[in-house]
Amino acid sequence: MSRACRRATELLSQKLDRPLRLGERLSLRVHLMMCLNCRRCDEQLQLMRRVCLQKRESEQDSGQKE
Amino acid sequence: MVQTGIDRAEFERRIEGLRPRLLAFARLQLADQGYAEDLVQDVLIAALESLQRFSGASSFETWVFGILRHKLLDVIRTRGREVVADHDINELAEIDEMFDERAHWTLGARPKEWVQPEDSCVRDDFWEVFDICVYHLPKSGAQVFTMRELMGLETAAICDSLGISEKNCWVILHRARLKLRACLEKGWFSKSEDRK
Repeated sequence: MSRACRRATELLSQKLDRPLRLGERLSLRVHLMMCLNCRRCDEQLQLMRRVCLQKRESEQDSGQKE
Repeated sequence: MVQTGIDRAEFERRIEGLRPRLLAFARLQLADQGYAEDLVQDVLIAALESLQRFSGASSFETWVFGILRHKLLDVIRTRGREVVADHDINELAEIDEMFDERAHWTLGARPKEWVQPEDSCVRDDFWEVFDICVYHLPKSGAQVFTMRELMGLETAAICDSLGISEKNCWVILHRARLKLRACLEKGWFSKSEDRK
C-alpha cells in the first residue's frame, strides 16, 4: 500500500490509453475495493472520456466537412 | 436542406466571439504561431463557404471547432513533428501536491462526489469551463490531452508526432487528467443549483 493512490491513479489513467496487464488489473481492483477516493477518481476520469467522445461525435455529425 | 437560420451578418457576429478560442486551440498544437493564424483563417473561410451545410443539430461553435479539428489532424498527419509545438515533461510536476509522502490523496485533493449530472456537459457553458481548465494546464499537458481526447489520436500516434516515448505520453496524460479532474470539479461538477 505504500505507493497506493498515486500508483492507482497512474493505472486509472493508463487504462484509458492501453490494455492493462493482468497483474495491473488485479492490483488496481484490490485497491479500488478499499479506496473510495480512487473509485471516484476512476468514475470521473471515465466520465471525462465519455463527454469528450460525445463532443467529437457531435462535431462529426454536424460537420460533414472532409 | 435544413434551414440554419444563420445569415452572413449573423455568421460574422458569432465568429468574432469564437475566433480567439479557435486561435488558442490551434496555437496549442502548432509551433509556428503565424501558421496557426493562417489555419484559423482557412477554417473561417471553409465554414463560411459551407454555411448552408451547417445542420443546426449541434451548436454553431461545435460545428466550427469540428472543422478546425479536422484541419489540425490533417496538418499533424501530413507534416508531423516539424509543425507541432514543443513540450516539456517536467512542466507537470505539481501533481506531487495531490499526494502525501505515503502516496495517498492529501485532504484537499481528494475527489469529491460530483453533483452536476453528466448530461449537463452538452451545454456550451460547460465547454467554456472545460476550455479554461485545459488552458490552465502546463502546455505539454494541454497539448497531449487535447490530441488524445478532443482529436481522438492514439498515444502511439501522439508520441510519434511529438517525438517522445509512449511512456512519457502516459506520464503527461496522467498528470494532465488529474489536474483537469480537479479543475472541473471546482469549476463545474461540485456546483449544484445556481446554474440553469
